[in-house]
Amino acid sequence: MVEGQIPIEEYKTGNTKHSWDTKKMRVAHKILAEYGFKKGKIKRGYANRILYVNLSTGVIKEKPVTDEMKRKFTGGRGFGLKLLWDSIKPTTRWNSEENELIITTGPLCGTTQYAGSGKSLCLTISPSTDIICDSNVGGFFGPYLKFVGFDALEIQGKAKEDVIIVVDGEKRKVTVETAPDEETDSHLLNEQLTHMYASEDTDKSRQKVSVVSAGRGAEHSFWGCLNFSFYDIRRKVPRMKQAGRGGLGTVLRDKKIKAIVAKVERFDGVSNNPADPLTLVKVGTKLHQEIRDLDRYQCNMRTVGTSHLVEIMDEYDLLPIENYRFGSFPKASKIYSPHFYKLFTKVIPDGCWHGCTMACAKTVDGFTVLTGPYRGQKVTVDGPEYETIGCGSNMGLLDPLWILEFNFYCDTYGLDTISTGTAIAFYMEMYEYGILNKERCNDLELCFSNAEAALEFIHRIARGDKGEFIQVASKGVRRVKDWLIKKGWGDRQLIEDTGMESKGLEYSEYVTKESLAMQGGYGLTLKGPQHDEAWLIFMDMVNNAIPTFEDKAEALHYFPMWRTWFGLNGLCKLPWNDVEPSNNAETDEPAKVPEHVQNYVDFQNAVTGWNVDKEELILQSERCYNWQRAMNVWLGKGCRKDDWIPYRSMGPVTEMEYVSRKERYDEQLVDKLGLSEKDVEKMDTKEKMKILYEYRRDQYQKLADAVYYRRGWTPNGVPTPQKMKQLEMDDPKMLTMLQKKIDEDEKAGLNVWGGRYRSDEKPPSDDLKYWEKW
Amino acid sequence: MQKARYVKILKFYPEKCTGCLECEKACSQIHFKTKDGGDKSAIMIIKKNNGYQMHVCDQRGLCLDMCPVGALTRRKNGVVWLDKDICVGCQACVGFCPIGAMRKSEARIEPFKCISCGSCVRACPENALELVEKTIDDIKEVVYHKQGV
Repeated sequence: MVEGQIPIEEYKTGNTKHSWDTKKMRVAHKILAEYGFKKGKIKRGYANRILYVNLSTGVIKEKPVTDEMKRKFTGGRGFGLKLLWDSIKPTTRWNSEENELIITTGPLCGTTQYAGSGKSLCLTISPSTDIICDSNVGGFFGPYLKFVGFDALEIQGKAKEDVIIVVDGEKRKVTVETAPDEETDSHLLNEQLTHMYASEDTDKSRQKVSVVSAGRGAEHSFWGCLNFSFYDIRRKVPRMKQAGRGGLGTVLRDKKIKAIVAKVERFDGVSNNPADPLTLVKVGTKLHQEIRDLDRYQCNMRTVGTSHLVEIMDEYDLLPIENYRFGSFPKASKIYSPHFYKLFTKVIPDGCWHGCTMACAKTVDGFTVLTGPYRGQKVTVDGPEYETIGCGSNMGLLDPLWILEFNFYCDTYGLDTISTGTAIAFYMEMYEYGILNKERCNDLELCFSNAEAALEFIHRIARGDKGEFIQVASKGVRRVKDWLIKKGWGDRQLIEDTGMESKGLEYSEYVTKESLAMQGGYGLTLKGPQHDEAWLIFMDMVNNAIPTFEDKAEALHYFPMWRTWFGLNGLCKLPWNDVEPSNNAETDEPAKVPEHVQNYVDFQNAVTGWNVDKEELILQSERCYNWQRAMNVWLGKGCRKDDWIPYRSMGPVTEMEYVSRKERYDEQLVDKLGLSEKDVEKMDTKEKMKILYEYRRDQYQKLADAVYYRRGWTPNGVPTPQKMKQLEMDDPKMLTMLQKKIDEDEKAGLNVWGGRYRSDEKPPSDDLKYWEKW
Repeated sequence: MQKARYVKILKFYPEKCTGCLECEKACSQIHFKTKDGGDKSAIMIIKKNNGYQMHVCDQRGLCLDMCPVGALTRRKNGVVWLDKDICVGCQACVGFCPIGAMRKSEARIEPFKCISCGSCVRACPENALELVEKTIDDIKEVVYHKQGV
């Protein structure tokens, strides 16, 4: 549909319509716990209250947000970290009673004037990694939670039967209710609950309800995502955005939460009660105009969302093909953005929060489902985004319709497309080598490009299939690696090198073989290999703007801090650099987009009434970033060994990969390793691969050395008490814990550089105790 | 619902205008109950080298598809209307209006625009303004970014 100016009530998607008796469903609810609260007033971005719900004990209460908490943790993800620190133990795992699922907002969240200001931040102990996973997500839930009167929702304990938590801003009541008759899969459940809890039978009322849920897949895998709904008054469906990474949905279902519902009474453009709304409007409108004028010449986000990246990644050998073996492929042109453009519904404000004119949340309406329980029905598919399409190419699925099918089922089953896709790609590669086969895969022919098998695998996960393979494979790449090795199937080294996970979390969809800085951007991270901390491929590989270890370390300090800042405030990162002012290239540091950084300084000041500068923004992040790393140490990880990455992300694991890019690798052996061309010519591929392997592994260790040094950590990657004190994060329990860990490392001889330095090379410091002087 | 087919828009006769700004004052009276004019008026009279220009919404409705909450609609009389009770103040329409006719005053977060009410026409002592009828299909535009350009 291309024609615009269609009256909202006349808009049609062509989707299959459902008629449920939601009244009857609601009558079946039994209220297990109830809590009334007073209407709050948001002051300069903060509601100053946290809502705590314990599902085991039935306790529901409010916790105050102190000024000290704001000063140290800012908000959003920072608040989440603080709440977790106060509530869990170092032995807490994802399914422990005391593990929490936290949804936070941030002081700038809920602003409507500046694009991308509606993000919620979700935190928990991840089933995949056993450490904290944070995931940011759009949708209306976060802003509504705040407008109802809470900066964060903290859920502890487990219910005995399926429940929903309702935060009703109209009745000023929180209830925990059983919900026996509702569906579990998100696309249906979210619609049922949206209709059930809307005050009136109108689209405007339904738009005031937002639901968080995870489907059946989340129950039976470690890939559970959270689906955050946002009701679309034109399409008349609750659309959804996903907090995908790290198994947050798995934790939701482990707590027996079917859904969380937030309903807002009313809100407007100044519900955040900003200190200076005029500046907010000025900065926000300037960005709207920039998007209006420049997006179509830059990223085309308004037209195709992040799918515009597919052709760029393919062009630069960065698009993962067949489990990251290759970075480009001739047939990949079948999934370039023009093919999705044809399918996307056009001329609709596609922001996942009001006022986001970047509008990247593209949607296919009236998609006919090809397989599984909803086969033949017409549905709205949210996406696909670049990462999901990248999963397609990674599995060898080069057909837009199958990618939509994969996207739809992952979403409604509550599965993270990234983890699911990356893992299936690994299983497919193992299948190709005969390490897995039909029998070992419970009759699934999981070879590359077999879309039916991939979808059947997902359906079986959702059904809770008890097959050994399904049981292990649904827990992710790390568990399958261990399983294959235990079974003695295949070469251990090959399995370790090809399975794309680090810290237990699956990689997102970029090939990083030729960008050392990006390898660090995936490995030297807090939660695991996700591109939200740093995306340095172009800076590093294409523009060669950060050639030395020191440069790369600086980038791996600045950008993770900068990107963390969005999570502290409840913002989306995309409007920062997916549209750039037309004179950006002429600025001192184009990669930082200085004008937009200034926008964010103005934005935070305008909402909070503070008087911060851009250095202060980085400092806000540094506090929380170091805190999270320290918590990882506390939980038994967060050291150099945990920042390990598989060799597939560093270089060619198989001969086929080497040969496919032979010229490039041969040239590097000459240019970077100083071998003579003649020698290289004489060597066989295996020999060359071994030399490259040693070299690249060592490069990564040297990078880690430089990054730890820059971040003020020990050479084993541990944040130091000195650094923490400098950041004014002086919690005595944490400082003692860190000192103890550093002393233990010292005894174990771990406080040493990881790289092998030749006589003409220097490590970051001659003094291995450099951190004591911070 | 019957779709509007015609809409009245403002026509300006610059040769008659003396720059007295009575139109702006009348407009701000409608929108903000004040005779301030200026940023509280949906119509703007701008002095150019040797005359005046009018700057006002031409009811093309390009903003209609920008509104995330449905606060902007085309009414029965064809006028593009902003319902400020529904509006969430995001300024998407302000930022995307190609002629800057969706106006924002410091007085409130929600923008405002010309509703072809004719009060400026009546206020003009020189008869420099007139409401003329147009066929909507001839003027309407859509915010639509084709891929590529």
